[in-house]
Amino acid sequence: MIIMEDLLEKLTLCIERGKVDAAAAFPSDMIGESGADELTKEAITQGFNAEEILNKALFKGMQTVGVRFRDNEIFVPEVLMAAKAMNTAMIHLVPFFKQGIINQKGTFVIGTAAGDMHDIGKSLVTMILEGGGWNIIDLGTNVSTQKFLETIAENPGCAVGISALLTTTMVNMQKTVKEIKDSYPDINVLVGGAPVTQTFCDAIGADFYSPEPHGALDFLNQSA
Amino acid sequence: MKNIIDRINEGSVLLSDGAWGTMLYDKGLESTECPELWNITNPDKVLQIAKSYVDAGANIIETNSFGGSRLKLDMYELGDRTKEINRAAAKISKEAAGEDTYVFGSIGPSGKILMMGEVSEEEVYNAFCEQAVSLEEGGANALIVETMTALDEATIAIKAAKENTSLPVICTFSFEKTVNGDYRTMMGVSPTDMVSTLMDSGATIFGANCGNGFDGMVEIAKEIRDTNQSVFLMIQANAGIPEIIDGKSHFKESPEEMAAKLPYLIDLNVNIIGGCCGTTPDHISRFAEVINLTNEIN
Repeated sequence: MIIMEDLLEKLTLCIERGKVDAAAAFPSDMIGESGADELTKEAITQGFNAEEILNKALFKGMQTVGVRFRDNEIFVPEVLMAAKAMNTAMIHLVPFFKQGIINQKGTFVIGTAAGDMHDIGKSLVTMILEGGGWNIIDLGTNVSTQKFLETIAENPGCAVGISALLTTTMVNMQKTVKEIKDSYPDINVLVGGAPVTQTFCDAIGADFYSPEPHGALDFLNQSA
Repeated sequence: MKNIIDRINEGSVLLSDGAWGTMLYDKGLESTECPELWNITNPDKVLQIAKSYVDAGANIIETNSFGGSRLKLDMYELGDRTKEINRAAAKISKEAAGEDTYVFGSIGPSGKILMMGEVSEEEVYNAFCEQAVSLEEGGANALIVETMTALDEATIAIKAAKENTSLPVICTFSFEKTVNGDYRTMMGVSPTDMVSTLMDSGATIFGANCGNGFDGMVEIAKEIRDTNQSVFLMIQANAGIPEIIDGKSHFKESPEEMAAKLPYLIDLNVNIIGGCCGTTPDHISRFAEVINLTNEIN
């Protein structure tokens, strides 16, 4: 039997490294070891409460993933595997939470700008924020201003994120930000995507820009 | 017309075209429209773009088929028109190219990440196969698997093109500068990884496009050359990183600025030089002056 603190540390490591379960071939230096799946089950069996597992292992692991991605120490594949490990662990935890408790920090509504079909960047932000304890409402790609406004109306106090990959859809991002801020001046609107810059963010009146997902998490945590 | 590889072996630096997307939007394409559908609905405008690059002096032009795989066209519910759209793309560029200019059929990323499991390798292979075959049927002289970021997807695209057509295959990746100052794709692939992993994949020309202005591309080309002295290289730089001014995107690097830096790529023995986002026929025409002069001297 693994001693209790070690167990959470091992689980944290599985999230950081994207080790899903014992059968997983990734990462290659952990082949045959228990993964997020087995260790989460064991933690529950040993009597850890679900919130402790979430905060001391899963969120902690994803926090490191966000920082490493920001610093270009890891790239998209490693983030995807970490998110997969996190989701696998969550399957065991969800039954222990009353709805809403898991997503303790607030709601974040996210979508790509109208006309933009590119969702990889948006998915990465979603994974890092979910891993940081935010409730995500993912509106998908090619999201109209109207859809954003409706969703904000249904989720008072939420923050909003808009992503664009194309310079042509940055123009639509600008329109959407303006309409959101006109109707909801106090709501934080975050923007991101390859062609987006701090200058552009300032020019269109958005509240925050970050070139990487972890910056968004820091900003939201500070303003929550 | 000689095979592109034989042509490169003659020793001259070849010039490719510049941006297509930038030109399509200039001609009125809306951001909500499928660019490749214009091959059917606005063939005259697509032909004008192709011709403008031939007139600027390009030895190679691409096709308006970057997002033309079934997986991408499905996003516009146009998947069933994949063959028609890609054949038309190649036919239009072939018409502009005539007998002296090469047509590289453009194959961009599928938009799916294989390791996410959203699509199977077989689906991706089939999608690239269908596109490659249709581009060959439309008259393409070679196929360019471009703007790639993942080794697994690029490998499948190259394989699909090689196994189902008789055309030479070019492969370019899109790299970004990391905080450490080296270059990686978003999937973590370095220029060195690209060449060393894909050397035996069936592609015969490698390189980089998009994502960087000219200076970044020189550094990328240098890394590839340091890894491999003899591989054929193709570089298509953006005209810098875009800025949005009054609702329109502007690319800062002028034709003169970029053309003045071409010798850096030529010194690295880059075989094909052209432009990507933000470059126009004006850029290519300036490039042509420099390249023609270089080829005359050599």
